[in-house]
Amino acid sequence: MPAQSSPAPSPTAALSIDRLVKEFPARRRRPAPGPGAARAEVVQAVDGLSLTARHGEVTALLGPNGAGKTTTLECAQGLQRPTSGTVRLLGQDPWRASPALRARVGVMLQDGGLPQAVRPLELLRHVASLYRAPRDMDELVERLGIASFDRTVVRRLSGGQRQRVALAAALAGDPEVVFLDEPSAGMDPQSRNIVFDLVQQLRREGVCIILTTHLLDDAQRLADQVYIVDHGRVMAQGSVAELVAPGADAPAVLALTLAPGQVGAGPFPWDAPEFAGIQTTRTERTVTLTGPLTPVLLEAVTRWITTTGTMPEALSLQPRTLEDVFLDISGREIR
Amino acid sequence: MTPPTTAPATPAVRTPAPLARRVAAQARFEAMAMLRNGEQLLLLVVLPLMALAALTLTGLLDGVVPAGATRVDVAVPGVLALCVLSNAFSGQGIQTGFDRRYGVLRFLSTTPLGRGGLIAGKLLAILAVLVVQYVLVAAVGAALGWRPEPAAVLLSVPVLLLGAATFTGLGLLLAGTVRAEATLAVTNLVWVLLAAVGGTLFPATTLPAGPAGLVGLLPSGALGAGLRETFLTGAPSLLPLLVLAGWGAAAWAGAVRWFRWS
Repeated sequence: MPAQSSPAPSPTAALSIDRLVKEFPARRRRPAPGPGAARAEVVQAVDGLSLTARHGEVTALLGPNGAGKTTTLECAQGLQRPTSGTVRLLGQDPWRASPALRARVGVMLQDGGLPQAVRPLELLRHVASLYRAPRDMDELVERLGIASFDRTVVRRLSGGQRQRVALAAALAGDPEVVFLDEPSAGMDPQSRNIVFDLVQQLRREGVCIILTTHLLDDAQRLADQVYIVDHGRVMAQGSVAELVAPGADAPAVLALTLAPGQVGAGPFPWDAPEFAGIQTTRTERTVTLTGPLTPVLLEAVTRWITTTGTMPEALSLQPRTLEDVFLDISGREIR
Repeated sequence: MTPPTTAPATPAVRTPAPLARRVAAQARFEAMAMLRNGEQLLLLVVLPLMALAALTLTGLLDGVVPAGATRVDVAVPGVLALCVLSNAFSGQGIQTGFDRRYGVLRFLSTTPLGRGGLIAGKLLAILAVLVVQYVLVAAVGAALGWRPEPAAVLLSVPVLLLGAATFTGLGLLLAGTVRAEATLAVTNLVWVLLAAVGGTLFPATTLPAGPAGLVGLLPSGALGAGLRETFLTGAPSLLPLLVLAGWGAAAWAGAVRWFRWS
């Protein structure tokens, strides 16, 4: 029975990863040239990554393909043994997970991990039978729209349908911690909304959700905490709001859409030395200025418009997005 | 962002089903998957029964039928050996190979079933399928005039179990180390070769003297010989059992050492 005036308990860490390193032996395409090459060559998939994920929160690992997101998750799920560093899942070592620990954790793998020759409901009933008190699968099946394709074996399902079955399988044990590896991959917008609603409901129920995505929109819509990951390291972390506006001098974005041919015509005021802190990105018809936007810069842009008589098709000031953050950090496109 | 709520209550609810129930559920799931797959059913039941009919109704085995026995007496033990190959080696090998390819092994090892439960479920599924195979072969054999000694039927069980254990090890070794398509191709090819000249359906004595000795050292030849001795002379001799055990120990050691789950 809870005390009457107890404050809301602070969120507890369901998963904590400390300086995780995972190395794989390098896959050699050609035979080793000589005995000198016998030394172990390794690929560092995860390179000192630390992370905390709490109950009642969605924690997103955001990064390009090959960033080390899936390997990190696999170490947290007990599918890979860390080379060094520690992983604690609900206070225990996932590599030595007991059935009791695994019963509290749900996993949706990137490739689904579903047997191909069975029908969805049959599979879900089987997975549910591995738990003493499974979730009400009928409700889940209806909610995820699985009943509509239950007559089809898994092999013949679309990617999005398979993802929904894999999600239902991950939730069969009514878990406290859920891992979702690229949950929206291959999903149409409608399925994506259904899945996102479900994730948000789980969060309200206090479930700890850890997901990976290379879609900024996923992270922006769902995540309480975002870890931007690249080269096996955390490049930045925080809430979406914190990452997008880190301080008072928050950079914003000025986007200018011009007629074809005008983008290349210079000189432009933003190329002047006084605006050295501004990053310029050009496409065929747009110029995007990112950095510390000031009234002086805005004045210079509009003066250029007046003096050259160039009427832009669009001119807008935008808040930073996670993509801008990512570009700032890694200098490369996220997708 | 909504303020975080408490950790989910009543963790006692999130407990695994008892071990025996998890393994039984996996065994049932695997056995059903095998018995409902058309190609698997062909390999597991249809082809062995066709071989039984062919060996009994034609003169293929003439010359190796001992005095006092009939063709079906020689055919049934060979077909049972073939059933073990179809089931433990080809059937489970192919199923495990594709499960590995599609990440099923990884997914199930994150559930309360775990890796140990998954392997136990597969072994139990093989036994369940073997029971179905034995019943069907015995029924068709009986219709063709097979009248075994009850003691021999009883004694055939441990021989079949040893064979199943050995071929499961070989199947898992293959499925866990090469690509799924390679497992499919190799198990089917090996099945055909061992059925034809591996000492399963046809005793080694039907082969030229040189190869005959080698066939006795194959797991297929040892299992075929062990089963034929059980039914025709009342008990298997030691050599085939030792050969089977040796292959089994090596295969399982290799599987434990080299099996990759992904």
